[in-house]
Amino acid sequence: MTLPLATLSTLAWRNLWRNHRRTLIMLIAIAIGVWAMIFTAALSRGMTEQMVRNGLQTLPGEVQVHHRDYRRDPSVANSMAPPAGALLEALDQPPVKAWAARVRVPAVISSERGSRSVTLLGVDPAAEQALGSLPETIIEGRSLDLADDTGIVIGASLARRLETGLGKRVVIMSQDPDNDVAERGVRVVGLYRARLQGDEDRFVYAGRSLVQEMLGIGDAVSEIALTADDYRGVEGWYPQIAAAAGPELEVLPWTELDTFLGSILAVQDGFTLVFMVVVFLALSFGLVNTLVMAVFERVREIGLMQALGMRPGLILGQVMLESLYLLCLGLLLGNLLAVATIMPLESGIDISRVAQGMEMMGMSTILYPALHRFDMLMSTAVVIILGLLASIAPAWRASRLDPVTALNRD
Amino acid sequence: MNVSWVLAWRNIWRHRRRTWLTVGAMVFCNVLLVFLVSLQLGSYQMMIDGSLAAYTGHIQVQRRGYHDDQHIYQSVPAVMELASSLRSVPGVGEVAARAEAFALASSAQRSFGILLTGVQPGYEPAVSTFPGKVREGRYLQADDAREIVIGALLAQNLKAGVGDELTFIGSGRDGSFAAAVATVVGILDTGLEEVDRSMAQIPLGWFQQVFAMGDAGHSVVIRVPSLEQVGDTAAGLRAALAGRNELVVLDWERLMPGLRQAITSDMASAWFTYGVLVLLVAFSVLNTQLMSVLERTREFGVMLALGMRPAQLARLVGMETLMLAALGLGLGVAGGGLLAAYLSYAGFVYPGVEEMMARFMLGGRIYPQLSPVSLLAGPLTVFLGALLAALYPALRLFRLQPVAAMRAL
Repeated sequence: MTLPLATLSTLAWRNLWRNHRRTLIMLIAIAIGVWAMIFTAALSRGMTEQMVRNGLQTLPGEVQVHHRDYRRDPSVANSMAPPAGALLEALDQPPVKAWAARVRVPAVISSERGSRSVTLLGVDPAAEQALGSLPETIIEGRSLDLADDTGIVIGASLARRLETGLGKRVVIMSQDPDNDVAERGVRVVGLYRARLQGDEDRFVYAGRSLVQEMLGIGDAVSEIALTADDYRGVEGWYPQIAAAAGPELEVLPWTELDTFLGSILAVQDGFTLVFMVVVFLALSFGLVNTLVMAVFERVREIGLMQALGMRPGLILGQVMLESLYLLCLGLLLGNLLAVATIMPLESGIDISRVAQGMEMMGMSTILYPALHRFDMLMSTAVVIILGLLASIAPAWRASRLDPVTALNRD
Repeated sequence: MNVSWVLAWRNIWRHRRRTWLTVGAMVFCNVLLVFLVSLQLGSYQMMIDGSLAAYTGHIQVQRRGYHDDQHIYQSVPAVMELASSLRSVPGVGEVAARAEAFALASSAQRSFGILLTGVQPGYEPAVSTFPGKVREGRYLQADDAREIVIGALLAQNLKAGVGDELTFIGSGRDGSFAAAVATVVGILDTGLEEVDRSMAQIPLGWFQQVFAMGDAGHSVVIRVPSLEQVGDTAAGLRAALAGRNELVVLDWERLMPGLRQAITSDMASAWFTYGVLVLLVAFSVLNTQLMSVLERTREFGVMLALGMRPAQLARLVGMETLMLAALGLGLGVAGGGLLAAYLSYAGFVYPGVEEMMARFMLGGRIYPQLSPVSLLAGPLTVFLGALLAALYPALRLFRLQPVAAMRAL
């Protein structure tokens, strides 16, 4: 006897609702489990995305080009000529969306009341703007105008520590290529606020020509930062920049420039999967239990079907289908619930209460959950695959019943 | 009474497989909770201990305002004498005085901005692990020698080694020009990039001369024998310093607010996970108990007809649940306890997250901390959750009509 699939699935569907209370409870449990999987994934996805974005903004860029020795010895002696020829050509065409060449040297900044060690960035404001690497919020004064701007912009927190302010003069000291101390008095023309206080203390922005002139390095730069607005796919496109830059320069993607940042994505994917599997395992006991009970109640019925000639494979299929229906309904409910709860939160969750703890991890104070199709698919895959695996045992038992004994059960 | 227990016990074994699956769900959840909570508490402990032991200490005495602004003139007068006198405060373990200033350090080839700390070579190793991280050469010795130890990356950046001379330039406490030449005697490799890149230490006595500090410093660092004593010791210190309004006693939560907050935010996400697990197990129990009540409708109808009161039936179901939950609790605590105990001895490694852990001062291996709280908090919640879940099936019994129930299918 071959039962058409349609009949089999009708049978499974009706069986599912013979004990609607039990099915409903299990359905709610699966829905909650699925919701928790997706909700957690969205929160942590939002967290890591933000960490990576913030990291790329500080780094800055998705790929950087340096003199081969610069990263080991970030001194002005290891600077390079501004991009020209093949490299310039590669930078000015897709996939590169924006790039900026900057001087980046360690320096000491002093006011009359104190001094701090900082990273001095000589930038071309227009190019940095395109890259999105300039501080977003100027709270006092102005931002840098042109690469030959003669003022500097410092963090509000640094200004407080140095007891200096807008319009005041400070001295920046660094080292020129001959290892003589190069210093220059400059006026503070702007104060910025960064998302991370650490950055405010660390980065001092000045016009690129000013820094080049102070250090006596002509038009040389320390690093070229570039972005293609595609940080996930960086491995695919950065080699062509490396090829254009030639062997004298070191071209690295962000995953290698900041290995902490690079490890985040992989670690997060791993944790999300582990969490999903754990939630499912907690769920699976209930699922198996439901199926075992469903089969147990129907022992006589199954025996009868077998006696009438239904083959074991079909009985197995029927129980598995029942389980699949349950899982799919649970998934549907869980996904709807997840979308409904995450959507209103996408404008951000305020977590400033733990701001400094978040800062240790490179986060800012508003958490934006990110609902990704990938996470929804991953939870669906985990639930369906593991769910069907868990259902095999009860379904197998049902299909192996001995018709005679089964019919005689009361 | 006795009979009810026997009845309940027999009832739960009427469906062996179902009972084991339900107990299994609880045991799984309990083992997981014991393991996770122990791991969590263990890693918090390691994070706190590691972060504080590295450099900050448990408590610091500073000039009011120095912690926020770090101006060099916000100093503690007679800092070494203060450190000595604080050693006699009860509960205070190790004490060392420090002073800090930013400076530009130059070797023959390179110059870099550094955070220069003046330390007491005799006392510093007791409050910080950095002196023990000397990779090359030795740590500082005499209190006024012209010696300096520097971080490994700084040494690399400066292209300086043991025996080389470093010039450093900064400004003194009174705003005067401060400069001196020091001999590198040791190179520290703390494993923390930011520290290794910018840290340099010189003897406090000499620091005071160079930076025109007189006898002043910036902080007295205190390390107490255990974290629990911080509160009492801080109170004792505040009492001892009662007359000196310009000084403040800061405990580690004030010194490193990020640490407590990182723990708080981690806890929040952990509670969410635990809550979901407990909820799912509760549903599992609810399902089982509801089934076991429904399938016995006729039986319960007979019992009611024989004169049993609904409350007695409900109590029977309650007792059955109690037994299930107790089994789950016992086996779960035993299993989870064994697992956590083994791991607290052998250590636990998260693969692939070493860098994240280094940021929180955790080594590659985490040792879960098995305590009454970590052992029982999770399983007891599951236990209570299971009992609550049985309320609905038990309450249904009160609506049972004997005659209708006996006719039920």
